[in-house]
Amino acid sequence: MSDFMREALAAAAQRAPAWLEPVQARGRNLWGKTTLPNRKTEAWKYTSLQALQQPFSAPAPQARGAAISEASLPQLDGPTLIFTDGQYRQDLSNTAVPSGLSLVRFGDATAEQAAQISAALGTAVLPGRHVFSPLNDATLVDGVFMAVAADTQLEEPVHIAWLTTGQNESTSITQRLLVCMGPNSQATLVESFANTATGGTAFTNGLTELLLDRGAHLSHYRLHLEQGDVVHIGGVHARQGADSQLHGFHLALGSVLKRIDLVVDHQGSGAHCSMDGLYLPRGTETVDYHTCMEHAVPHCTSRERFRGIIADEATAIFNGRIHIHPEAQKTRAELSNKNLLTSNKAEINTKPELEIYADDVQCAHGATVAQLDPLALHYLRTRGVPRDEAEVMLSYGFINELVEEIGQPVIKAFLKPLLAKRFAHDARLARHIL
Amino acid sequence: MLKIDNLHAKVDDKDILKGLNLTVAAGEVHAIMGPNGSGKSTLGHVLAGRPGYTVTAGSARLLGQDLLELDTEHRAHLGLFLAYQYPVEIPGVSNMEFLKASVDAVREHRGDPALDSMSFMKKAREACKAVDLDLAFLKRGVNEGFSGGEKKRNELMQMMLLEPKLCIMDETDSGLDIDALQVVASGINAMRSPDRSIILVTHYQRLLTFIEPDHVHVLSGGRIVKSGDKSLALELEERGYAWLEDVA
Repeated sequence: MSDFMREALAAAAQRAPAWLEPVQARGRNLWGKTTLPNRKTEAWKYTSLQALQQPFSAPAPQARGAAISEASLPQLDGPTLIFTDGQYRQDLSNTAVPSGLSLVRFGDATAEQAAQISAALGTAVLPGRHVFSPLNDATLVDGVFMAVAADTQLEEPVHIAWLTTGQNESTSITQRLLVCMGPNSQATLVESFANTATGGTAFTNGLTELLLDRGAHLSHYRLHLEQGDVVHIGGVHARQGADSQLHGFHLALGSVLKRIDLVVDHQGSGAHCSMDGLYLPRGTETVDYHTCMEHAVPHCTSRERFRGIIADEATAIFNGRIHIHPEAQKTRAELSNKNLLTSNKAEINTKPELEIYADDVQCAHGATVAQLDPLALHYLRTRGVPRDEAEVMLSYGFINELVEEIGQPVIKAFLKPLLAKRFAHDARLARHIL
Repeated sequence: MLKIDNLHAKVDDKDILKGLNLTVAAGEVHAIMGPNGSGKSTLGHVLAGRPGYTVTAGSARLLGQDLLELDTEHRAHLGLFLAYQYPVEIPGVSNMEFLKASVDAVREHRGDPALDSMSFMKKAREACKAVDLDLAFLKRGVNEGFSGGEKKRNELMQMMLLEPKLCIMDETDSGLDIDALQVVASGINAMRSPDRSIILVTHYQRLLTFIEPDHVHVLSGGRIVKSGDKSLALELEERGYAWLEDVA
């Protein structure tokens, strides 16, 4: 076992609330038996964990309140919890919640909530589906518990932000979120991850569990905005009850390494999951999305659309697994992954992985890899649009469809300029797409 | 306006234009006709600088400037407009963004003040109306899912907004029903002016009954083999192109 987390593990063991100790102990035990994946591990074939060769330590518990003004985050009016370098920041958070919503960090959980959390935590993570989940358990000191009561419809999105400030070098941060959506409840959840411009090296081990009871609707945005020397290995594991709907939107700007596993377990008939995603690595960055749709029961649907733009010498990996169990008749599953390489040295490894054991299903998948269409570029130029601006328009155009369909206006307004400017070294080049 | 001398060009190593000469004066409308594969479309693409189209000899000057040494966008800034036979679909880039970017770029190089959004929208609406295109097309991806006729009208709308000096219409009439043809033709006629020249590349005389040309040329084997007035188009309609091979 690699010991890059030795110090962080020891520190976590001393700081957990008593009721989390069994979770930590279970995690430590399993993590001790885990072999770090390498290039021979199929699910990690294209993703190197070289960046985890250095030791990371837990952030100091009494870390000073770092300024976050430099970090770019969506500004949402609803309940907001902000963590900087793994520390909860009451001074930056907005904990006023409407009736029907519980939103507490683990450190503040009542005995009753602690019991609820203990009972549900880890239940959405299917065995063997998340290599780093034992490490997350073992280093878990604080997290967030969100519960929406039956038949409650939340108007305002809940926002949970995790920031790394670079105050400490080689910090490891364990992020955990447990969401329990009661029967027929509705909510929008935004998770954002960002770092300040001065951010140093950091390793974020993120894990979000979404438990959707019968008829629940959840719109879930997970925005990975970290850049630079941040390693983020994380996942979202969802379990959907009958007739529930999960709409996911995922974004990963590049950083030294991002590996995100998205696993959705359809457990109740009539469940629907749609998942859109964008990944935009550049430089020598790596972004790896592994998605998995487990269709375990009949009459469920899933639709995934992922778009990647890979620049410079960056690498992206997209692996889309659809597993249709023998009982899951009448499943409809769609998966589309399109990639744009804007440089000859950019790399994409895309793989659909279909395992279908039922015979009455519709399953469609497609993956494309392309470069900017020279004819489209020429056409824009024949109309006077300068080449560099035409390239920006075409690059942004590649992801525009998914951006335009974002349901939350605030998120869309936040992301549009951020994404457009990502392709334009000069703001003028993005002026016509905003 | 336009002076082409002894133009030779290749596409994928195949010689297409073989010594083409053409002079177009300001305000004139020229029709270029000719059999399939004679190089009609190639001429437009060469002038617009399409990748893969290589000039091997000769010259082309627009308003006294050497067109061939300019980048594609600079040719557009100078006043060249090529209406495509097959306009390109660009999903994800809205027609509106595209038009605004084009108009801003061309106006900037012309030294005209930039249009604010309101004035631009007004012009765009007028242009849509002039070509009988629903305003909804402004919000759609450039040519995305447009029918053949809609694409042609979209080209014409761009031309109206960009107000070019030289318009090359590459088989703008192909794929149009008679109603659409009349809309397009009246749009082109409305663009006629003493300081603007128009080249109509077409297979058929039909378009020329709506837009009366000053000159008609026959392009065959990569060269202009015969020029005349509008009566030449009628003669071609009657006799086809084969008799010209002997002339050439």
